[in-house]
Order: sequence, then C-alpha cells, then structure tokens
Amino acid sequence: MVETGNLKNEALLLLGCPQVPVQTSLALYAAHNLRRQGCRPVIAGTPAARKLMEVADPGRCYIDEMNDLDNMIDEIAEKQRDFKLCFVFIHNDSGVAYAGTMAYISKARVYALIFGEHAEELAGEIEFPCEIIAAKAVHNPMPLKRRLDEVMQWPVVSKL
Amino acid sequence: MAGCLEAMKPEVLLSGSSFKEAREFIRKNVKEYYEVEPGYRILDVHIIGVPPLYVGIEGENIVFPYTKPCHGTFVVKIPGSDEIARLRERKRK
Repeated sequence: MVETGNLKNEALLLLGCPQVPVQTSLALYAAHNLRRQGCRPVIAGTPAARKLMEVADPGRCYIDEMNDLDNMIDEIAEKQRDFKLCFVFIHNDSGVAYAGTMAYISKARVYALIFGEHAEELAGEIEFPCEIIAAKAVHNPMPLKRRLDEVMQWPVVSKL
Repeated sequence: MAGCLEAMKPEVLLSGSSFKEAREFIRKNVKEYYEVEPGYRILDVHIIGVPPLYVGIEGENIVFPYTKPCHGTFVVKIPGSDEIARLRERKRK
C-alpha cells in the first residue's frame, strides 16, 4: 500500500494516442521543467507515444523512466505505486476517461492538459477534480505552453 | 486489447463510442448491471472512465466498457466466470 507521505518527488506524464503533433513536444517540455525543479518525470504511454519520445530525446536529456500505459494504471489501481503530480495529455474522449480514472485511483494532484481541435469541448466534459489547462493547439504548441507556464509557475513544483 | 481479454475473443456490442455513450448503452440494454469504481479490475484490464461506470450481467456473460487510447470506448461481452459472483456481491442498481 502506498502512503501519501512516502511518495517520492515524482510526476507522472500520461500520454495517450499521439495523433496530435503537439503532444510529444509538450511532454518533453514538461519533463524538462520538472527535472529542472527537482521533480523526476515518469512517462506512461501507448507504444507509439513512447517511441516518439524516445526518438525525439535519444540522449535521454529530458525523459527518464518510461512505462506502458496499462501497466502503470494497473500499478496505481493496485496501490503499488503513486505520484505527487500527474499530467494527463488529452485530445479525445479516451483522454478524458483516463484523467477521470487518475483523479479517482491516484492521490496525485491531477492536471488535465487538453489540446487539439476540440480542446474547449473536451474541457467542458470534465466534471471531476483536476486542474484544467486547455488550448486549441494542434501543430503549434505555444498556446498550450503559455497556459502550462501560467498554471504551473514551475518553481512551485519543487516546493511540493 | 489486453492479452488475457483479447484471448477470450470478446463480442463487441458497441465500438468507437465515448465513455458516456458506453455507460448509457449498458444502462439501457442490460437489465442487471452494477456500478463499479474507475480502475475496477476485470481479468487483466482495469475499467477506465468517469463515474458512474457500469458492468452488466447477461446470462453467463459480463458486459463492460473497454477504453482504448486511440479508438475510444467499446462495450464488450465475455464469459463471466468468477466475475459474476464478485459483481453480485455489490449492491444491485
């Protein structure tokens, strides 16, 4: 059983289908900022999402541990592991479903990073406790990067 | 699809839906269903979604939502075996 007080300074980045280009870029950016603040990023994603990360960061400058998405859900649901922060990358209904699951099974502070053509509609679907960071970003990551910076105020992360 | 579930060759009752549509499909089409929490385990998969989530029983089978990151939520039916008794221990909806 994972005790909240014993959690390491780790953040989970949950990556779904990598169909929308900005996902990989923003995940690397978030991992970079987390590391700078002394918070270890742990990535869980689909095989394609993980491959995109591996190819984009061959020297592992930004990414660290990577896991299969379903295996990570299994570990958290079975109370074998948990995190202080969880960033769920969302561009479709499945992403909302995964974020809702994390809000229920994990003690982490959950951030829903919503992007893609339907970001606003998806944000409106969220009715569970989490911080919503949404922008209509498909190819250009800057609108969501700016929102992420505003909400996270990165130095705060290190004080968790 | 997860290995164990895939090996059972589930019957797909609804495909490519949202998790809300899957919830309504079970609620409207399965007489006996039970509410489970997100992460509820069936075989080697955990139910993904936002509460309320339902798992139904039809004869010797169970009916439940199965979410894939790229393809949305499916409603699948598989032989229930021990899962049926476990579900019936919960308060009937």
